[in-house]
Amino acid sequence: MEILVCMRRVPDTSENEIELNVAGNDIERDELVYSVNEADNYAVEEALQIRDRVGGNVTVVTVGGEDDEEVLRRELAMGANQAVLISDEEFSGSDGRGIATILKDFVQRGNYDLVLTGVQADDGAAQVGGMLAAMLDYPFASLVNSITVDGEKLKVSREIEGGNRELNEIDLPCVLSIQTGINEPRYVGMRGIRQVASVPISLLGASDLGVEKTAVGEVAAKVRRLDYFVPAPSKGAEMLHGRREENAHKVLELIAARGGLK
Amino acid sequence: MARIFSYIVHRGGIVDDSAAELAAVARRIDPAGPPTAIVTGWGADLDAVCNSLLSPYGEVWKVANESLAYPNAELVRQTLVKVLPPNPILLVPHDHFGIDLSAGLSIKLNAAFVSDVLGIDGIDGDSLRMVRQEFGGQVSAHVRCDISSGAVINVRPGAFKPEQVTPISSVVIDKSSAVGPLTARRRYLETIVAEAGDVDITRHNVLVSIGRGMQEKDKVFLAEELAEVLGAAVSCSRPVVDAKWMEKSRQVGSSGKTVKPKVYLACGISGAFQHLAGIKGNPFLIAINKNPKAPIFQVADVGVVDDVLEFLPELTNKAREMRGVAAK
Amino acid sequence: MVGFYSSLLSSEWLVPGRNLFLTIHVLGIVCFAYIVAKRVVPLVRAQGDPRFDHPWTRLGRVLKFWLGQWKHPRYKFAGTIHILIFAGFILLAARAFSVLIVGVSENFVMPGLSGRTGYIYNLVTDYASTVVFLCMVVAGVRRLVFKPARYAVPAKYGKSHTPDAVFLLGLIAILMVADSLFAASNVAGHAQRGQPAEALATLSLPWMLQILIGSMPLATLWVLNVTAYLVHELTFYFLLCYRPFGIQFHVETSLFSIYFAKLERGRLKPVRWNVPDEHLDLVKSFGVKTFEDFTWKHMLDFYSCADCGRCADNCPANAAGRPLAPRFLTIKARDYAFRHYPVLGRANNGKPLIGNIYSEDEIWSCTTCGACEEECPLLVEYIDKIVDLRRGMIDDGNVPQSLQKPLKALESRGNPYGRMEKKRADWANAAEFQRSCSVKIFDGKSSAGILYFVDSITSYDDRMQSIGRSTSRILTHIGGGFGILGAAERDSGHEVRRFGEEMLFMALRDHNTDAIKASGVQRIVTADPHAYNALKHDYKDVPPVEHISQVIAREVKGGNIRFHRVENEDNVYTYHDPCYLGRHNRIYEDPRAVLDAIPGLKRVEMKRSRDRSFCCGGGGLMLFYEPKEEQRMGVLRVRMAAEAGANVIVTACPFCLVNIEDAIKVAGLEGEMSATDLTELVDQHLTREGCPEKAKELETTTCGG
Repeated sequence: MEILVCMRRVPDTSENEIELNVAGNDIERDELVYSVNEADNYAVEEALQIRDRVGGNVTVVTVGGEDDEEVLRRELAMGANQAVLISDEEFSGSDGRGIATILKDFVQRGNYDLVLTGVQADDGAAQVGGMLAAMLDYPFASLVNSITVDGEKLKVSREIEGGNRELNEIDLPCVLSIQTGINEPRYVGMRGIRQVASVPISLLGASDLGVEKTAVGEVAAKVRRLDYFVPAPSKGAEMLHGRREENAHKVLELIAARGGLK
Repeated sequence: MARIFSYIVHRGGIVDDSAAELAAVARRIDPAGPPTAIVTGWGADLDAVCNSLLSPYGEVWKVANESLAYPNAELVRQTLVKVLPPNPILLVPHDHFGIDLSAGLSIKLNAAFVSDVLGIDGIDGDSLRMVRQEFGGQVSAHVRCDISSGAVINVRPGAFKPEQVTPISSVVIDKSSAVGPLTARRRYLETIVAEAGDVDITRHNVLVSIGRGMQEKDKVFLAEELAEVLGAAVSCSRPVVDAKWMEKSRQVGSSGKTVKPKVYLACGISGAFQHLAGIKGNPFLIAINKNPKAPIFQVADVGVVDDVLEFLPELTNKAREMRGVAAK
Repeated sequence: MVGFYSSLLSSEWLVPGRNLFLTIHVLGIVCFAYIVAKRVVPLVRAQGDPRFDHPWTRLGRVLKFWLGQWKHPRYKFAGTIHILIFAGFILLAARAFSVLIVGVSENFVMPGLSGRTGYIYNLVTDYASTVVFLCMVVAGVRRLVFKPARYAVPAKYGKSHTPDAVFLLGLIAILMVADSLFAASNVAGHAQRGQPAEALATLSLPWMLQILIGSMPLATLWVLNVTAYLVHELTFYFLLCYRPFGIQFHVETSLFSIYFAKLERGRLKPVRWNVPDEHLDLVKSFGVKTFEDFTWKHMLDFYSCADCGRCADNCPANAAGRPLAPRFLTIKARDYAFRHYPVLGRANNGKPLIGNIYSEDEIWSCTTCGACEEECPLLVEYIDKIVDLRRGMIDDGNVPQSLQKPLKALESRGNPYGRMEKKRADWANAAEFQRSCSVKIFDGKSSAGILYFVDSITSYDDRMQSIGRSTSRILTHIGGGFGILGAAERDSGHEVRRFGEEMLFMALRDHNTDAIKASGVQRIVTADPHAYNALKHDYKDVPPVEHISQVIAREVKGGNIRFHRVENEDNVYTYHDPCYLGRHNRIYEDPRAVLDAIPGLKRVEMKRSRDRSFCCGGGGLMLFYEPKEEQRMGVLRVRMAAEAGANVIVTACPFCLVNIEDAIKVAGLEGEMSATDLTELVDQHLTREGCPEKAKELETTTCGG
């Protein structure tokens, strides 16, 4: 099975403290550490496991720049067969739809049976996967937490409310967005990355893909982020400022008053 | 001003809370209103829903199709493309269904898409200015969306309060005939219900809920001890389940259980909205967190900035005293 | 006087059987040689291991641990029995040899054992074989009736080893009896024929047998003699050829396993001995994945295990109910070797070990405390093997999720918590602390003599930062100037290495080494035994390092540090030896000397202390791992403290402190038991007045250079 995983390099939320910069127009990016988006990493692991079960090939692709090579390499170290970096000045400022357009043109050049993305990245939009599927006119399923290959079809389950799972059958080729926790990704260490240090990463630009210029980039973006800000705190909680003992006492009084101390 | 539609989520003939929230959003965008509701489904359940959608919706567009008995986003998408007029503004709740439906729908409608919106600033010419969050809720952002060719907007459940509106009589319009046969390249098979687990957190009036702030699995017992003294149950947020410290059946949140306790102790929980989405009924929320900037303090009733690992044992001991049991 | 072995009678009786005996010799030796050759096969295919250095030191250790049975008395009863058996075997060696040769060369006398010497030797060995025989009986009864717990084989590891053990005990007993009967029948024969014969040692086994058979007819004696001789020879060769099939192989291999044993403690085997760090990229596979990835010495260890169970008996992971028992790590590997490199049949090799004979959890469960290596009388090594197995799992990406997060954080941020580098020295900047002590951060411009290497947990953990502050105040009091690396410091990488992530360790080590060199210090001090061990054994080209307890002890001795009376006279203190300060680095007395210098401080010793200290649960990455266990090591340790009558546990390691404080809560002993670090205790009790130079130094706003 030919599997493509679309991924993205993002600031690692667990190893960074996200704060506004001094100017107040962006987050402080000086000392951020970046890594592959967590959900995308789960998607790559899932792709590798499917490949190891039924045979095939796993390609990882990202739209970005030089800095993104390091995450592509990490996924190569994890076991992906090929890595592709799509980069062009024309693409900068693209919104989610623009990115999906670029990826659509890439997918159409290839012959992929299955396209995976992570459910969402740091901007929480959860959109590229669904848009890509619609542009390609492939069936789509989001929040996928298990995949079984069944001949020319897949059985996928989706995460829905209450911890329940929605079981679907979906035709190939299709696009799936993968939820975290679907598997246990294998570890990639420094050694693994060094071993793939000289594996070539394909570099493709706008003209290689035949991307329509009016469909991408800042000009084409229908959605623009204007700024970052931290909202002024609303009334919020009544904070207790006493010593620990006093606070505990107060909390328990409040609980008991609401019938919570049986 | 484009026409504003709300996609209505319903289950077993009951309308989801999001319907009223979306109506409020619609009025924020266009105070002239009223917005239109779109309901898809089949049979008696669908009829019950349509009839219960009185104010604040002016028109209720009913789309009945046997294939839509179960809300398969792939089929609903095809349906909406056929039913909606050009350049609409469609509001959808940002839940597991909205995540499935909307991004792809925006492409088919050739409209813009904005995800997980939690604030509406207003219209500005051809643009709609809204508020979103990024980085797991650590920062907010203003976004501008070009709505000249329509927009699909996913709204964060619970972010908007339903409004009290003077009742207007709404009319149900049947649009079922606009939809022909639907081709399903994704077919719904069944829903696998989560395993019951030993404790049903939805039945408890008091919940001691833990998050990543508990540091490690071996500290979970601190919450269990407190719960025992309070006659409560221990629930948790998603990261706790991902780390395998507790079973999935204990998870509160949009992908876990929805709970309606009277008292909710959020211990070491940051307050990510996916977690808060699972707390309904406006309980008395007490938050304990080491980080004074944790978003949970925005929504809690009472807050304590302290290390949960130190505060919980203090609570447990005090509670034991209060109950007349000798502190261990 | 001629030794009775060369008496006419014995050779006459044995002469007819000479060909038979000779045949048995030849067959026996050929068999043995063949078996040993087959056993050597995997060692030839194994990884290299340079163990041929320092021959005199190694010989000295052979004298101490092999001949001197140095470790055996740690278990008094079993140790005594074994020493007796071992001494017996050594003494009996010449006698056995003589007996065997006499069957084919009737006049054989062992060179040097003729005449009076020979007579005395025979008397001594009469008693030796008696003692050995008695020991066999005692050992057999012990195994069958008393069944010491450490010999038990849990069901998952297979069948009980007792039948085989008793079988071997029985065979050795038979050997002793056969030898004694041979001697007895010789002497009885002589006596009946009126010929001169040596006396047998009074009350020895041969002596008693002689009394028993002395009046039997000559023909019977002849039968007994030849039978005894045959039984002796057959049993001897059977044992010789059977030993390489089980734990008794240690009889032959122990000399080698001890000679080739590791000379330095605390130091780890590199990924490949003949591959320097710069060339590691060329190595195709890291660590041990298949049996053949072990070194020949490790394989020799598998052969040398005597199944005594002392390692598992002292293993804290085993005591906590984790799926790890060192003994079975070795036995399973040995059985694997026997199965895949059989004496009869073809070798088949190359199967992965993890998932076959070892489980992942088994290998991750080890805290590398070293208790197993400390106990093993055969000096079998464990830590290097565990680390190598972990290297293999890391290489395959097979790492528990709970460890992936801190490893990733170590890679991006240089600490397992994912906290920002620039906040590493924030603990030193706490306002209140600044007033009493200003901690200098090396910035490349000024320098001081001492580097205080703080390491990650003391830098970032709210509770452990107090160790940092106490240590700083103590160093200030001592004077001489010190500084910290601050944001330039990274995790020492001690556990990173021991969990098998060699490359990440090297990156951390190289970064720290550069920062240390840039600071220009001549000495390093740390309060973290893991950092201490890393700087001492894992790092190269860094200044000498001391643990703070050594520094304090020296200053106490020199009178520079004095204490006022202990604050709470009712407390009973006990000192818990951290594994990486105590067992691995032999620093036992300095911390105790410091505690004993505090007037009025009551101190007791736990039963398991010094080199028998019981691991608190492990440090570094082990704090993140989620083991399958029945109870926590820390809880077991806290109960030991309670048993010793203590209510305050003093330790000298931040990880020990974390684990023990946690364990006190889990054990429900809050309020009854507490824990503190040595530096905190010292800081609390330092007499700061009355020393004008010190007071003057404290007046200045910056301390340290």
